[in-house]
Order: sequence, then C-alpha cells, then structure tokens
Amino acid sequence: MKALMFGWEFPPHILGGLGTASYGLTKGLSLQPDMEITFVIPKPWGDEDQSFLHIIGADHVPVVWKDVNWDYVNGRIGKFMSPDDYYRFRDNIKYDFRRIGTDDLGCINFSGRYPDNLMEEISNYEAVASVIAHTTQFDVIHAHDWLTYPAGRFAKQISGKPMVIHVHATDYDRSRGQVNPDVYRIEKEGMDAADHIITVSNLTRQTVIEKYYQNPDKVTTVHNAVEPMTNVNEFTKSKRKDKIVTFLGRITMQKGPEYFVEVAARVLQQTEGVRFVMAGSGDMMDKMIRLVAQKGIADKFHFTGFLKGRQVYEMLGESDVYMMPSVSEPFGISPLEAMQVGTPSIISKQSGCAEILNHAIKTDYWDIDTMADYIHAIVKYPAMYKTLHEEGLTEVNNIKWEYAGQKVRRIYDMVCGR
Amino acid sequence: MKTINFCFRIHQRFNLKRYRFFEIGNDHYYYDDYANETAIRYTADNCYLEANRVLLDMIRSSNGKFKVSFSISGLALEQLEQYAPEVIESFQELAKTGSVEFLATPYGHSLAAMYNEDEFGEQVKMQANKIKELFGKKPTVFANSALLYSDEIGEMIANLGYKNIVVEGAKHVLGWKSPNYLYSHAYNNKIKLLVRNNKLSDDINYRFSNWTWDQYPLTAEKFIGWIKESPAAENIFTVFMGYEALGVLNNKNSGIFEFFKALPFHAMEQGVGFALPSEICEKNKPVDTLTALYPMSWTDEEKDVSAWCGNELQNEALSKLYNLAERVHLCSDTLLKVDWQRLQDTAHFYFMTTKHYSDGMIYAQKIPYESPYEAFMNYMNVLSDFIERVNAQYPTSIENEELNALLKTIRNQEEVIEHLEKKVKTQKKITETTTKKK
Repeated sequence: MKALMFGWEFPPHILGGLGTASYGLTKGLSLQPDMEITFVIPKPWGDEDQSFLHIIGADHVPVVWKDVNWDYVNGRIGKFMSPDDYYRFRDNIKYDFRRIGTDDLGCINFSGRYPDNLMEEISNYEAVASVIAHTTQFDVIHAHDWLTYPAGRFAKQISGKPMVIHVHATDYDRSRGQVNPDVYRIEKEGMDAADHIITVSNLTRQTVIEKYYQNPDKVTTVHNAVEPMTNVNEFTKSKRKDKIVTFLGRITMQKGPEYFVEVAARVLQQTEGVRFVMAGSGDMMDKMIRLVAQKGIADKFHFTGFLKGRQVYEMLGESDVYMMPSVSEPFGISPLEAMQVGTPSIISKQSGCAEILNHAIKTDYWDIDTMADYIHAIVKYPAMYKTLHEEGLTEVNNIKWEYAGQKVRRIYDMVCGR
Repeated sequence: MKTINFCFRIHQRFNLKRYRFFEIGNDHYYYDDYANETAIRYTADNCYLEANRVLLDMIRSSNGKFKVSFSISGLALEQLEQYAPEVIESFQELAKTGSVEFLATPYGHSLAAMYNEDEFGEQVKMQANKIKELFGKKPTVFANSALLYSDEIGEMIANLGYKNIVVEGAKHVLGWKSPNYLYSHAYNNKIKLLVRNNKLSDDINYRFSNWTWDQYPLTAEKFIGWIKESPAAENIFTVFMGYEALGVLNNKNSGIFEFFKALPFHAMEQGVGFALPSEICEKNKPVDTLTALYPMSWTDEEKDVSAWCGNELQNEALSKLYNLAERVHLCSDTLLKVDWQRLQDTAHFYFMTTKHYSDGMIYAQKIPYESPYEAFMNYMNVLSDFIERVNAQYPTSIENEELNALLKTIRNQEEVIEHLEKKVKTQKKITETTTKKK
C-alpha cells in the first residue's frame, strides 16, 4: 500500500501539534511491512528523520519548466533531493503555472509557516501537488488539516485515487465559533471531496458532522497517541518548597488561559505553598499579564515565554500539576506528554484526549471552583498525586501510535476496496 | 427438614454534598439533604413499604411459618426516622408477629472491624441498643457490614457477646465445602457460622429480571425445586441480599413480589420450611470449621475487601480517618460523634475504587461521582474539616495517653472533691470530739 501524504509540518521544525501528530502517525503506520509513505511538506530543513518514510519538499518540485543542467541542480538542491527526481518532476509539468512567481529552478518558495499570505501558499501548494500526482505512483491520498485539503483534492482529481483527509482541528475550535468564511470554504470543499474523513476525537467528529454537514458514515475517529519517551528519567523535580501548577501552550482564546488565571487566584486565596506558571506565548499574553496584576497574584504567578524542544519536558517534569483548560481542543497531546513525565493532568471535558484518558482529571473549562478544588487536592493529599502519577504513567504508555496506524490502515483498505 | 433463612440488609448512606476546599474550616455540615431524602423516599415507596406489606401478609397467611430476618444499619434507621417514619412503624408491626428477627451489625455500616476494635465494639453496641429501643429485642445473631469476616473479626464479634455470625460463602474460603451447613469458627467452636448461599441469593438479587439468563424466568416453584433437589443432608439455605432486591433492583413489574408471595405455598407443598437465624443456630450443630485468614465480604467477584481498600486513595482516606478514632473516643461533643459515624460508611470508600476501569463490570451500586478522584477529593475535603474540629477539641500537643489521664481527672473531679470534703468533715468531727473530751 503506497500512501501519498500532504502535510504542513514535520519534526524537528514544528510550530504546533500538527507536526508531532504527523510524525507519530506515519511512524506508527510504517510498522506495517507493506506500507510505503511519501510525505510532502512545503519546506523541509534537511534534518528530518527519513528512515521510515520518503519526504518531498514542495519548494524543490518544479512547476515551471526551466533549462538547467545536472550539476547546477545538484549544487542547489542535492542536499534534499536527487537531481534525477527533479528531472522526473520537470517532465511531468502538465499545466502552465507561469503566473506564479518561481525561482531559477522553476520552484516556488514556501515559508512552511503560517504567514499573512497563507491563502496564496495554500494555492501554490496545490500547484505542486499536481506535478507530484502526475509523477509518482500511489494507492491512496492522505491530507493533513485544511491547509493541504486543496492539494489533496487536486491530486485526487488528477490520479482518480481515493482521498482520506485527516481533521486535526476545525476552524470552529480555533475561533470559538466565529469562523473565517474562506477557511470554512476550504475545509468544507475538502471534506465534500474526501472519500473518508478521519477525525482525532469524537468531539471533532461531531463538529464535522454537524457544522460541515458530512455523512456520519464517512467520518471515523482515530485518536492520537504519543511517542514513547526513552529519556523520561532525565526530567525529574528539583527540590523545591512550593508546588508548581503549569499551563503550557499557545496563549490564545482557544486554550482558555483566562480560566487558568481565575483558578490561580481562587487557589491562592486559601492555599499556601503553590505557584502558578504560564508557559508559552500568544496573542492573549499581554492581556493575561494585566489580569494577573489586577488579581494581585503576580508574586506567585510566573510567565516563561515560548518554550521549545527539551524545555517543554523540563517544565512539565518540574510541575506538580499540568492544567489544560481549553475551551475547545480537537485532541490536545500535551496532557499525554505531561503524564509521560509523571505529572498529573487536569483537562477540560471539551478536549478530545479526555475521551481516552481515565487517570486524568476532567472538568468543564469554565468550572473554576472544581478546577481549584482539584489543584488543592493534588497538592495537599499525597495519595491523590501518587495515584494519578502512577496510574497515569501506566495508562499513557499503552496509548501507542502503532494502534492508531492500524486503524488508519483499515480505512485505507476500505477506500481502496481491498 | 430443609429450611430457608431469608435475610435482608438495609442500609442507606449519608450522601456527602459537594464540599469545596474553601469551605474547610467554615462549613461543618457535610451532607446533601436533598439527595438523602430523595434516596430514602424512593426506596421507601418502591421497596420498604411495599415489601413489608407483602412479607406481613405472607407471615399472617402462613400462620407465622414464613420467617424472615433483617439487618438494618443505625444510619439507615436514623434516616428512616427522619424522612420516612412510617417505614419504622411497618417494621415494628412485622416485629410483633414473632416471625421476624433483627440482626446485629455495626451502626455506621463501617469497616471498623478491620481498623479499630474499640470503635467496632462501640458501633455494634449502639446499633443493638437502637434495635432494642425500636423493636423491643436485642439481637443475638451478627452480620457485619457487607458480611466482612475473618478469623480475627470472628473472635472480636464473639468478645462482644455474639456467638452466631452470618458470613459470605466465598469460594476461596469454602473450597469444596457446601454453604448449606452450619460451620464453626476456625479455633473457637462455640462460634457458629451461617454461610450465605451466594448462588441462590444472586439468582434473586441480580438475575431475577435478567432475561438473558438461561433460567429466566425464575418462578417460586423452580426456586424451591432447586432447594428440594439438593443433597439430602444439606438443610440450611441462607439467602441474604440487599432489601432493594424487592422493588428497586427488580422493579414491581418484574413480578418479584408475586414470586415471594408464591414461595410459602410451594415450600409447604415440597416440604421445605423457613427459619430464623437464631433458631437455626440453636437447633443445629456445626459440621466443620471454616478458616478465613484474610477478610472476606460479599462484594464483587473477588469476595474480598479490595472494593474499599484496594488502592492508595482508599488506604490514605481510611488511615487518616481511623487515626482519629482514639481522639474521637475521648471527645464528648455529640455532633462530632454523629459525623464520625456517618463518615465511616463503606460507601465513601467504595466510590474511590479504580477497579472498574480494569474489569468493566456493571456494579449494583450507582456511583454519584464522575471519577474515583472526585470521590476522594470530596471526601478528603470533608475529612480535613472534621480533623480540624477534632483537633480543636483538645490541644494536639498533648499525647493521647496523657490526655486520657487528664480527662479522667477532670471527669472524676467531682467525685474526688466530694470524697475529700467528706474526709474533711470527718476529720473536723474527730477534732471537735477530741477537743470536747478535753
């Protein structure tokens, strides 16, 4: 089974959960011996792990025919791709894309991020997809998140192969209901064209069915998983007097940071020896700093700014409680990461991961009293911490990408009629 | 003659209200009155009143040949007195027939037997007094909370003056033995053990309305038939279950009441009788001993204590609770003692079990919490407040033993003063008479 996947991010250079999930899922799928995965991303950095899949950088695929010799191509992009592949792609340019600005090789420059001209990048990505679809052989198309739906759709149109789209989030989650009409259009068109839709939680599945009017029969939930950590023991607590409660993620509306501040104020009214940390950055950060000052808890409430890579795990490992009061979270992988380093998690019921976790605390995101109560309980009653810590570890170690991969495979087999 | 010994357990917990940590130290009322009243009223209307009426009819129409016994916890009686006094009256009417027996059990439906012997004794006495006060007779047969029993507990019960105990017929204790005989304690053969037949009990309790069961529907004829067909020497059939089996677990439309009504007729026809636990223990001799090194109970598949003390949450809560026992015994505050009973209820610990995640069984008891963690948190918040109250009674810097001595002095001070005053008076008299003589 050959799968052509369109993604937007791939570790180690990632901006959000999408990259992590793409990596985990492809790795889980690759455990099946007959699975061959080609993964397209807008802009590879060259240090991606390609041991279990083949990565194509969209910014190295020519969309306009240019007369260039082998050595020149090798010098320019040899680091990423063999020049022979370049020529194969060049031979399969079937449409006139000269309206798009290209470089000396006829390739498009991608930022690989979420720039202001995102819509333009999305449509350029579509152009690249057409060349790839004409060139390579595959059985199924798999598009990750709305940015890649148009590309997937075009590839399907060209090849006639079935398309599976993977909904990691919808615009309803990102905007608390105030959807951007353009984004909604792209999402809806992608879903309508798809042969099957994979959602990361039942919560998202419900959104897809109700808000995007999809037939429930073609929407299946495949919950995300976590990569097992080999170096868990490196992330332990240093000796401290105070207990630490952590919020970690983008400080945006979707993640409910203001509820975290409210909870902190509530807990600090009555409880000694607790500190709160808000790690990450985002458009609501300044507002949060003001709110903390207003509540008069700035001496016990700390901001760290954006954390990356190892710092994330260090922060989680240092914490006594991890809290994710997301207003709407399609899945939310960070509580699982917290549990991997043995930190108890409090998550909102409006998070997809709540569907598969028993040994995490689940509350409504607006239920400040209950969240405060749980924090107090974990901090003050040792048995509570210990049980969540131990049972959580056992539980999270059994949530494996391999199983998610098997579910995805069944869907491939179904759409391919095998 | 083969005899059936019907026992029903009646217990109602005091539901805790949602108790936040901000309330610790401020709010000393822990209960959800609405939930308690609703639960009592619902069970009273669907089960207690209706079932009592049916049983009373059965006793009267069989001229007292149908016999039944009840084990009612003190907490249930308290709540019935408060919310459904007519249920107490109907039990009193049953008691008057002479075909009904009330068993001894701990007042608070607690695990005290495993954690604190003094507390256990106190609870058993309290409940026995309450039964005597309401129904006019002190119980002589003992049935622990959830039929908790081990050799050690058996000895404790005997020390309290009960020589007859109802125990669970757990497979790992009985082995090849049949539950349908009278047994005795492992090393004290004066203690007689009535063994619950869990197959017959569960047939009525859990399987009566289960239409996927291969024996469905269960009729009185079939039930008595099973007993009749058992080996000739087996003659005691202890059928022990929650009273809720009549009308709640098996609702009125399931035909459970009709089933019971038909029992005496078929029993008489087939030569099977009914007996009270005390009668059975009096008339029969134990055939063998039963050894239970570890506590067993009637709960879950395992028939052990893992439902209440099987994980760390439960152990922490229980140890924090029973650490207080000695202090509470020293206190004389009535309200404190009332709360102390109510907080010991096994139900609170049952709600903290994490077993359900692994075995996925459906449990008879509905759990009012979303997760074991919520149950634990709420309970610990309540307990934290309770601990503060207990500690506020006497300074914590004084050790229990020292405190006990001091309290004794305080309590006895009047006697001592009186005694000393008398001494002074006699001394005075003596000196007066001697001076007069001079």
